[in-house]
Amino acid sequence: MQVFLDQVWTARWPLWDGFLLTIEIAAAAIACGTVLGCIVGIQLVFAPTLVRFPFRVYVDVMRGTPLLVLILAAFYIPSVAGLNLSATQAGILALTLFAGAHIGELLRGSLQAIPPGQAEAARSIGLTFPQMLAYVLLPQALRSALPPWINTGVELIKGSSLLSMIGVGELLLKTQEVIGRTFMTIEFYVFAGCLYLITNILLDQVGKTVERYAGGRS
Amino acid sequence: MTETLHPLLEIRGLRKQFGTVEVLKGVDLALNKREVVSIIGSSGSGKTTLLRCVNLLEEFQGGDIVLDGETIGYRISKGRRYRIRDRDLSRQRSMTGMVFQSFNLFPHLTAAGNVMLGLRKVRRLGRDEARAIAEAWLGRVGLAQRGDHYPSQLSGGQQQRVAIARALAMDPKLVLLDEVTSALDPELVQEVLNTVKSIADDGATLLIVTHEMRFARDVSNRVVFMEQGQIVEDGPPAEIFGNPRSQRLAEFLRNTRT
Amino acid sequence: MGYSLHFGAIWASFDRLLSGLAIGLGLAIAAVLIGTFLGLLAAFASVGPSRLGRLIAGSYVMMIRNLPLLVLVLLVYFALPQAGIRLDKYESFIGALALYSGAYLTEVFRAGLLSVPKGVVEAGRAIGLTRFQTGIWVTAPVMLRNALPSLGNTFISMFKDSSIAAAIAIPELTFEARKINVDTFRVVETWLVASGLYVAACFAIASFLRSLERRFPKF
Repeated sequence: MQVFLDQVWTARWPLWDGFLLTIEIAAAAIACGTVLGCIVGIQLVFAPTLVRFPFRVYVDVMRGTPLLVLILAAFYIPSVAGLNLSATQAGILALTLFAGAHIGELLRGSLQAIPPGQAEAARSIGLTFPQMLAYVLLPQALRSALPPWINTGVELIKGSSLLSMIGVGELLLKTQEVIGRTFMTIEFYVFAGCLYLITNILLDQVGKTVERYAGGRS
Repeated sequence: MTETLHPLLEIRGLRKQFGTVEVLKGVDLALNKREVVSIIGSSGSGKTTLLRCVNLLEEFQGGDIVLDGETIGYRISKGRRYRIRDRDLSRQRSMTGMVFQSFNLFPHLTAAGNVMLGLRKVRRLGRDEARAIAEAWLGRVGLAQRGDHYPSQLSGGQQQRVAIARALAMDPKLVLLDEVTSALDPELVQEVLNTVKSIADDGATLLIVTHEMRFARDVSNRVVFMEQGQIVEDGPPAEIFGNPRSQRLAEFLRNTRT
Repeated sequence: MGYSLHFGAIWASFDRLLSGLAIGLGLAIAAVLIGTFLGLLAAFASVGPSRLGRLIAGSYVMMIRNLPLLVLVLLVYFALPQAGIRLDKYESFIGALALYSGAYLTEVFRAGLLSVPKGVVEAGRAIGLTRFQTGIWVTAPVMLRNALPSLGNTFISMFKDSSIAAAIAIPELTFEARKINVDTFRVVETWLVASGLYVAACFAIASFLRSLERRFPKF
């Protein structure tokens, strides 16, 4: 045990860097994915059939494709298209596309769950379509989408571990490097697992707190 | 030995608590074979709990329930009461049939399947025999054509009649009916009451909890009035409804008569 | 840009992709079968009377749900041998995915159990079924029917997650696609076809499950 703790101490900076990169990647992906997801969700509910169709295809393809395949595709494809993305950027791109589809679908569900009387009431007091979205529909939809949205954040942190397979130096890859040097396989995988666990449980708790706060006002 | 030596059901000093709340405070009640007894009383008086104790769906803290000479639910060993084994509880439960307020049909089984389950698994009858009995009972409650319907395809009244068939098909010594019309739309109440009336006329022993005063008067040999976990009055319907002795019963009847 | 699509090289290796797909499906089926067993056990424990049982079931679900599957897979594959347990890569992946799916299935079955009306269980007891018989003939069928849609969704998720087996060199679809990608440099085609196969398979599974749902009556 003492030996292991010494090794953790020796490797503290690489592990810390990896942990930070994991958080940064997940944060970037949830931010971009939420913007994308809002656009997608609104299109899925309100756009005319022809416009809606490509969004539907996007969501279904993303949700039917394993995240790892998205990551590998985002890693290999841009270069032949003349785009030079770093592995980290490719990873964020893949996670964003993944999150955008999931959040879009979430939002579609919660927008459609709002009773039609709400939109009618908003129209009847003379709100324009964007005003109705911004002041009446989205606030209600986002509130009910909050718990699964937090869950998407947890999925992104978990999913970011797959970026180790394209050489992104996040927590899991750094852990594997340390294992390569120390051969303390169980100890360091368990250590990394605990870091993921604690981060995700904390995120979950923050989500619950926010939910209570948001719920208290409604 | 004749069967009239002891009553079919004898409840002695039944006490039941939920936590610190005492819902049955020493209830004594006896039922003879072929007797139809209705229990009336305001909600919260403990009448449903009494029925559930008789079917051993609730545990109780004191008193005895004797069904056809057998003390059910508990055994005494070295001065302490023990709840008996699950297998024995099940056997004793199958001696009484229970019809619930909210039907509680098995949603994954057809009407016939509902009636057959107990016949197959408890009485261990073969499929054909169980089906024949189920069809006979469904016919008896006027649902001969509905054997293959699932509960969700039946009206509330039809579901409740299937539930009655399910209880009676087990050939119970005693049938317990717990507010069997309370969850029904008004226009469906009569078909269920008619079914109960006809099984009473056929000589079944019934213990009924009901809010339907006219029905209680028509169908019962005796009516029992309960309040606050105790039996306040017990007598023939004409007496209970026509000449209440206690202030509480008179008040109850005044409030319920619409 | 001078990239134009040529699928020829992909079709030449299409049988490898298909066998990869079959391996992925096999891994998912094996894992979900074991996971169903784990999930049922943990779900019954989580609604059961034993405080210890509830605690164990709850911790299991919380741990697994917050842990990346890849970490679990690597832990089982690389770390267990250090503890003296030797499994080949298929066994360890199925084991890891079974543990993983078991946690999600616990919640599926738990919700299913809570959806069985109390009165229906009592009705089973009232006609004289034992506790065990009521579980088998009343609670389980109602719960399974109610849980069927989520059970199907979990299976589809696990099928997609079988792609992670590529990390320990199991020649499933993603692993084969990556090899074809490196061998042929038909990058866009490879991933289009791989993704298309996954999407088509998910769609097929989903349709199959929906037809299964239709065959059983809704409650």
